[in-house]
Amino acid sequence: MAGDLVRTLADLKEKEVLKIVKDRLSAGEEPLKILDDARKAMGVVGKRFADGQYFIPDLVYSGEILKVVTELVKPKLTKAAEAKRLGKVVFGTVAGDIHDIGKDIVVFMLDVNGFEVFDLGVDVPVQKFVEKIKESGAPIVGLSGFLTLAYDSMKETIEAMKAAGLRDKVKVMIGGGQITEEIRKYTGADAFGKDAMAGVTLAKKWIGAG
Amino acid sequence: MEKKWEEMSPEEKQEAQFQMWLSPKDPQGNDLKFQSPQAEKAYKERVTRFKDAIQMKKKPDRVPVFNIYGFYPALYSGFTPQEVMYDYDKCVKAWNKYVLDFAPDGHIGAYVPGPGKLFEILDYKLYKWPGHGVSPQHSYQCNEGEYMMADEYDALIQDPSNFYNNIYTPRIYGALQAFTAPSFSNVLEMYGAGLNFIPFGIPPVQAAYKALFDAGAEALKWIGAMVAHNIAMATAGFPAFWDGPAKAPFDMIGDTLRGTKGIMTDMYRQPDKLLQAMEVLTPLVIKMGIGGVKMSGVPIVAVVMHKGADGFLSDEQYKKFYWPTFRKILMGYINEGIVPFLFAEGGYNSRLEVVRDLPKGKVIWWLDRTDMAKAKKILGDVACIGGNVPPDLLAVGTPQQVKDYVKKCIDIAAKGGGYILGNGTVMEDAKPENIHAMIDTAKEYGVYK
Repeated sequence: MAGDLVRTLADLKEKEVLKIVKDRLSAGEEPLKILDDARKAMGVVGKRFADGQYFIPDLVYSGEILKVVTELVKPKLTKAAEAKRLGKVVFGTVAGDIHDIGKDIVVFMLDVNGFEVFDLGVDVPVQKFVEKIKESGAPIVGLSGFLTLAYDSMKETIEAMKAAGLRDKVKVMIGGGQITEEIRKYTGADAFGKDAMAGVTLAKKWIGAG
Repeated sequence: MEKKWEEMSPEEKQEAQFQMWLSPKDPQGNDLKFQSPQAEKAYKERVTRFKDAIQMKKKPDRVPVFNIYGFYPALYSGFTPQEVMYDYDKCVKAWNKYVLDFAPDGHIGAYVPGPGKLFEILDYKLYKWPGHGVSPQHSYQCNEGEYMMADEYDALIQDPSNFYNNIYTPRIYGALQAFTAPSFSNVLEMYGAGLNFIPFGIPPVQAAYKALFDAGAEALKWIGAMVAHNIAMATAGFPAFWDGPAKAPFDMIGDTLRGTKGIMTDMYRQPDKLLQAMEVLTPLVIKMGIGGVKMSGVPIVAVVMHKGADGFLSDEQYKKFYWPTFRKILMGYINEGIVPFLFAEGGYNSRLEVVRDLPKGKVIWWLDRTDMAKAKKILGDVACIGGNVPPDLLAVGTPQQVKDYVKKCIDIAAKGGGYILGNGTVMEDAKPENIHAMIDTAKEYGVYK
């Protein structure tokens, strides 16, 4: 039964997923267990994406199904879900850039791989990154940007971390359509990732879990 | 005896379109007066260079070089993006200077900044632009969203004009919220005729029309400046390389109707409606491109492609959702002798085998992060390819690095012709010496022997 939810959700069979969830809820099952299965399924989706079996539409759709599942389960939740997390990551698209697709994919992949991600959204001012790093104590920062103007915003964001005395406390990764090793050097980041899985690998390496 | 247009083959039509490009007209429709005989010669050489690269019947004299720029000409002239969006004279001045200083074989017009005041008059919602959501120093960016709801496919499919006029337009222009398009298909007589006009007496509708007229006046001002740029460049010997934009139906729906999340969810929840809607949009896009070419006299239509790139869709999804209607559009242009310039941002490595399926010498594939050796191998015998010089190299590299990169591109992909050199995607910022290095290296190193 439990396996059914993990498998059908990972296979993106929305109608079947919703039926299973409704059945399990009306059978009085602990809602957290259902959410736990859903999380396992998202892990499978993430793995299939990393393996090149799934593509962006599949990732997006899995998120949409998860939304519906969460809405069904939420009213029955009595205590908040507590999941063990590998580590914290502050993430956002840098100032001046409002592209979110690439960022959302990396955030999704970090999340399903066990990281607690603070997603600051798009067009994030330099100061907001600095504040969130201080407040969360996250050792990893991800800067996303699709436009070439993001080069300078990334550089400024990293310089602001330096000015706030945070630079040696965090590892910074950058990524986006037009990011290369040249740009990594230019911005002063520690590493860049070509795709979402590269981001996960870097984060795991940095917290010693890779 | 000249053949009628309808009786001509696609080859004959393409030849006729190129002849039109080779003999530019002024706005009054007379033959354009060039600045000098040298300028006229340079113009014709440049067009011929592109023509030979595209048609693949013979090698051009050298590799044509062409360059896609966003707001860079503004920065190069010391203007902000905001200034050139609002002051068309500054825009034309900066764009003229860019073309004359760097001397690429063709230019892309000065359309990129767009008419800032018009966007303001209409309260345009689709984009943030300099001073309106993004800083005066930066380019505009799309506000992605669901501008068409998941349950509105039938409205689009059944009556696309009505959908665009009365549902979509009021959504994307704040000033046109009360807009009601004239619809006189109720053929009423005498007192009945009065009924047709009732909506246009309502004050909010009248206000929407007022905004429409103001926008029209602004659009005329703007297009006048754009034509002035094109004419100034042509008289100096620089042809416009493309005119008239077009898009793949999948991108039309995914970019500005349903949004990325919307269309990708629709691929699962309502695939048939999505496919049907793309079929409905297909003839509209073909018509739009043909109209652009008729107005401009430049037989190349720029097709900007987004969501079919590597990683966005699986091979199966690309073949089912993206390619079929996209190919119909391309064939619609090819049959009219128009050359689609296929601007494939990102990587297109996984699509090359699929998109090979087009007649020879009819399109240009402009590639960004695609492996050029692979592209030459798979597409090289059927289509002109180009692009690939990375904008980040132009922004932070050295002239020597650019030179080396350009030489490498030419070594890999220019053999036998069918190749145009240039940057793979829009250049917003760059070092001038790097742009010179790119263009000059192509001119020196790209000579066919």
